[in-house]
Amino acid sequence: MHRCSLVTRLAAIFTALAFSITLLAAASAEAAGKIQVMTATTDLASLAQEVGGDKVDVESVARGYQDPHFVDAKPSFLLKLKRADLLIVVGLELEIGWLPPLINQSTNPKIQVAAPGYLDASRFARILEIPTGQVTRAEGDVHPLGNPHYWLDPENGLRIAKGIADKLSEMRPGDAAYFAQRYSDFEQRLKQADQRWLEEMKPYAGRKIVTYHRSWPNFAEHFHLNVVGYVEPRPGIPPSPQHTVELIQLMKRESVKVIVVEPYFDLKTPNAVARETGAQVLVLPPSVGGEKEITDYFKLFDYDISKLKQAFDATH
Amino acid sequence: MYRLALVFSLILFCICAVPAAFGQQPAVLRAAEAQASGGIPADTRIDVLEQQIRTLAEEVALLRGELKALRDAKSTDAAPEGRVLLASSHIEPGTVSSGSAIGAPEAIPQVPQTQAAGGAQPQTYGGATSNAKLLNPDISLIGDFIGTAGHNAVSPSRSLELHESEVGMQAIIDPYARADAFISFGETGVNVEEGYVTFTSLPAGLLLKVGKMRAAFGKVNTIHNHALPWIDRPLATNNLVGGEDGIDDAGISLSRFIAAPKGWFLEGTAQVYRGDSDDVFSAYRRQDLNVVGHLRGYRDLSESTNLDLGLSYARGNSAGLGTALNPSNFFTNLYGADATLRWKPLRRAIYKNLLLRTELFWSARDQLSPVNIFQTQHAFGMYSSAEYRVNRRWTVGGRFDRSGHAANANLTDTGFSGILTYWPSEFSQVRGQYRFGHLALANPGDFSNANEFLFQFLFVMGAHGAHPF
Repeated sequence: MHRCSLVTRLAAIFTALAFSITLLAAASAEAAGKIQVMTATTDLASLAQEVGGDKVDVESVARGYQDPHFVDAKPSFLLKLKRADLLIVVGLELEIGWLPPLINQSTNPKIQVAAPGYLDASRFARILEIPTGQVTRAEGDVHPLGNPHYWLDPENGLRIAKGIADKLSEMRPGDAAYFAQRYSDFEQRLKQADQRWLEEMKPYAGRKIVTYHRSWPNFAEHFHLNVVGYVEPRPGIPPSPQHTVELIQLMKRESVKVIVVEPYFDLKTPNAVARETGAQVLVLPPSVGGEKEITDYFKLFDYDISKLKQAFDATH
Repeated sequence: MYRLALVFSLILFCICAVPAAFGQQPAVLRAAEAQASGGIPADTRIDVLEQQIRTLAEEVALLRGELKALRDAKSTDAAPEGRVLLASSHIEPGTVSSGSAIGAPEAIPQVPQTQAAGGAQPQTYGGATSNAKLLNPDISLIGDFIGTAGHNAVSPSRSLELHESEVGMQAIIDPYARADAFISFGETGVNVEEGYVTFTSLPAGLLLKVGKMRAAFGKVNTIHNHALPWIDRPLATNNLVGGEDGIDDAGISLSRFIAAPKGWFLEGTAQVYRGDSDDVFSAYRRQDLNVVGHLRGYRDLSESTNLDLGLSYARGNSAGLGTALNPSNFFTNLYGADATLRWKPLRRAIYKNLLLRTELFWSARDQLSPVNIFQTQHAFGMYSSAEYRVNRRWTVGGRFDRSGHAANANLTDTGFSGILTYWPSEFSQVRGQYRFGHLALANPGDFSNANEFLFQFLFVMGAHGAHPF
């Protein structure tokens, strides 16, 4: 009989242990003052920083040079998510492979899906490539809700920033004027920069490019580029010999001279295609932090546009 | 002139059949009819008709405007002029699609209202897209087909089998909880592999799970078959930790992060189960519960390398004591230690990575000896596994196994495996495994060698699940 009571006692000890640990750590967590913002990607972090200024601490889970589809759900992120007041996600199932378990295990009620501290940035953006009709994975790893790489359009950047500013104001009504002011300042700077970027890209309007993954529809639309093909035969499917041959033919036929590759993809196939077609392979980061000098949302476009211009000039 | 008037009134009839909702129109119409039938001069009638047409044109413009506004609100493809502030964002009245606003001032204020109420475009987290299905759980099915060839005299498996079809259903239940259910259809029947609710919004950082779960005893016990880096499970799992299903039982789990030195992540988990897990624990009475405790320590060594350590403990009543007089007095204590080292360079995460893992198990099992004397068998088991991703589609791996038998620690099995995996896409997987086993027979010192080739086809349909980590 005493054996079975030992089991019960053990169970009780376990529970007591968990609870006491609880009380111990609960006190230290609350850092008053700044809003703790976690974002899924660096681009959202940059936008949140723009409108949040010194009233927020922002950190991104993914790095800018990392494929945002494949981020490891490391427990070290849990500690950061646990402390967050606000979690901003890209949405459209971009983070489906890694963010849901992180949110579930974060033990942070504030950032659970649809809680006040959960913000899906895709709500504010103009989304392209929303599939119509039947959606099957014969099309590869399709995103049934549309292309999630929507931040690569400055207009969407502005919309997301507005959404974040409104959310921050909602969380800290006392600082609403500050966030509104930060937003309008950002809006002004971004509009100016966008005019400059559009001006710079104007001579290349209608240029045909090939990209590795479908990361660039919003960018291409805004800057009037024409994406005619992809190195991947289907989203998320690695290049196949047959598709590569077809791509080479297509590029020759359409005289495409630039292959844009995201920094996290292998360059072997793009290089082979480039050799065959005389095109140039251009590693173009789709996110802030993709290169060391790309430290914010403005520098992302600065960098990408200057690289594109160089590539277009060199190949024409 | 008369014919013209007739044609006009005919057209009017047709048009008015559609927007019957507008109250004033039928009245106007009736007046027109009355005028047409009465002998009023043609000029007056035409004037009246002209006026009516004008009214109708206005109505049509208004309807068009309304329709366009509705469309804009529904789709995220806003009109070009409405670009900066989008349909889904915060729209002040009057900024919506100026083109549609002409002549329809009273229609406009409704638009922002519907948007505010609808909260922009419907968003699901990994779910269906058609509105009718929005509240369905995320459903997936993973088919696991296994074939075996070669020789194994000790634990032969079938040549070909659809080993398991696992249906997964996952959904957010309410603002405080989510639920996961994995129902496995195997060759021998249906089994709820896991089905639990997770309370994500508890105070004090507690995470509570209630339901049937794979216990947090080490690493491999928590992993579903389809997510394993091998086709089979290690010998130690089969010999000491309850076979393929492992410690998988109905119970309650409570876990919490623990304050840790900087750079470390610590998590403690305490679980209580009913005490029935194949081959390892049995509940002979209601109070014969099985408790499991787990402590996890994790540390990022660098951006691409991390270390994951765990200590586990489980205690319950020994299974398989059919004839014992007082089975509730017989316990099995299991101790486990696990270590995992992962290397995955972020820039090439999808092409290159390495995972090294070792788990150690100690089992202390109370039982009756062949001559019916109370005894405790102390058995040890372990496995060491390595998997290396060579490129986007290929992974090579190996595993070394060694394990005593829980009920007879003198018998020790040894084995090793070589594994090759190919991924056509993220949603299917083809795997081959060569397995050698030096397996103990009932008489100590007698062994049988097993040489087998296993192959496996995995396919995933439905919702995109979480990537294993």
